[in-house]
Amino acid sequence: MYNETVMEHFTNPRNVGEIPDASGVGEVGNVVCGDILRVYIKVKDGVLDDVKYMTFGCGAAVASGSMMTELAKGKTVEEGLKLTNNDVAKALGGLPAQKKHCSNLAADALHKAIEDWKQKASAAAGRA
Amino acid sequence: MRKVYLDHAATTPLHPEVYSLMCRFMKDTFGNPSSIHSFGREARKWVEEARQQVADLIKASPEEIYFTSGGTEADNLAILGTAAARRKKGNHIITSSIEHHAVLDTCKYLEKNGYEVTFLPVDRYGMVDPDDVRKAIRRDTILISIMHANNEIGTIEPIEEIGRIAREHEVIFHTDAVQTAGKIPVDVEALGVDLLTLSSHKIYGPKGIGALYKRKGLRLLPVVHGGGQEKKLRSGTENTIGIVGFGKAAEIAARDLEEEHDRTKRLRDRLVRGILEKIPEVRLNGHPEKRLPHNANFSFAYVEGESMLLSLDLKGIAASSGSACSSRALEPSHVLTAIGLPYELIHGSLRMTLGRANDEEDIDYVLEVLPEIVNRLRSFSPLAQKHPVGWAG
Ligand SMILES: Cc1ncc(COP(=O)(O)O)c(C=O)c1O
Ligand code: FES
Repeated sequence: MYNETVMEHFTNPRNVGEIPDASGVGEVGNVVCGDILRVYIKVKDGVLDDVKYMTFGCGAAVASGSMMTELAKGKTVEEGLKLTNNDVAKALGGLPAQKKHCSNLAADALHKAIEDWKQKASAAAGRA
Repeated sequence: MRKVYLDHAATTPLHPEVYSLMCRFMKDTFGNPSSIHSFGREARKWVEEARQQVADLIKASPEEIYFTSGGTEADNLAILGTAAARRKKGNHIITSSIEHHAVLDTCKYLEKNGYEVTFLPVDRYGMVDPDDVRKAIRRDTILISIMHANNEIGTIEPIEEIGRIAREHEVIFHTDAVQTAGKIPVDVEALGVDLLTLSSHKIYGPKGIGALYKRKGLRLLPVVHGGGQEKKLRSGTENTIGIVGFGKAAEIAARDLEEEHDRTKRLRDRLVRGILEKIPEVRLNGHPEKRLPHNANFSFAYVEGESMLLSLDLKGIAASSGSACSSRALEPSHVLTAIGLPYELIHGSLRMTLGRANDEEDIDYVLEVLPEIVNRLRSFSPLAQKHPVGWAG
């Protein structure tokens, strides 16, 4: 059902866990099947210095989260915002048709985390 | 790597005795049982012997057994055939919300075509209340269809009681016994049923063959029309190879029932005990006692079922889940929904169904592997983090 890349990321997911002092956090729930994926980012000089994720989801969700963190890490926040579900699915070598929506979780949660960081950053700037 | 098959409710391997008999039959006998020549008569003899074997499994007489292409077709024939035959009497059908899709979707199809269907709820163990059945009966009720035991959670329904109620009210009563035949005693008289569904591939017989038991004298209209085989109730040249295999499987199932029942139950209880002991925040779904001897169905908090299945599969263990993610339609199990489980616990459901191949070492292997899998998945579950302690199952 899943290709080798997906299974490899499922078995050894990269960057799982929490960043306690994250600059931004984003969580999405999936309306299709009810899964959850949460992303933590650490931003330094406009760059995604660290990206971690946690998920309550299927094998494709676990692998998509893992691949997303690999693609996002080291990129600028602008580049991170441009990362799409398709990029994640493609980097995984494709997902079964009924599992495409799982890759949405990962990119959407990343975008939310970046939005969260932006809001916090501008609030901090406002206070300053 | 060790291979452990724990999905016997989905299907079973061919019993070696079934396999060798089918090979022998296939090699030598090809006649059409409807032909009057010696080739046909030879095939007919085998088919009728199988009919007797299947009848014996459920304490029916052979004239009451009609071969079909499987459990699904037998369910369709029971329901559609009764609906058509009793159209003048009424158009109301009673069933439960935890039936197999072969019953559920057939009833929904009739609903779209002018029939009225009552889908009875179940309690938190998946049990239908016979009183609910009694209350649902109307003057225009033509059929009650309640499964003997549920394929997901293993709960055994109070069929005898419902049978008595159906009889009192002179309503036709069908039960889907696909999961019970060969696992617990099935006796059509004791159960008080008019129609009963069987499937061969759940009892170590071949796939694509099953049967409908129809009480003598009951009128049913066919769904498949043609050459008039199976006393005009199911046209089409008989699947002789399948029938012969099914017959043998039924004979073995009856012969070994008690022994297999006790053996799988012992292993199942060991599995349940071990899992409840070794893994925190887990619940057993289904009835604690009134359940199939080989069925275990758990919900593990904070983890998703497909991820568990993949992880188990990597360790050679085959199981199944009611999680939406593991279903083709991406819908959560209707059975686990009906017993009132919240979606997170449906997501975290895992069904393990034991059978002939399993031994104590298999169970111990699962008990060694599964806690690690659940731990790993929990380690990166955002839900586990939200409720780190104090989950009350
Ligand atoms: C309760 C029940 N009814 C019907 C069926 C369908 O039987 P078959 O696969 O022979 O069509 C199954 C098997 O999945 C079942 O578990
Ligand atoms: S997260 Fe549910 S199907 Fe992938």
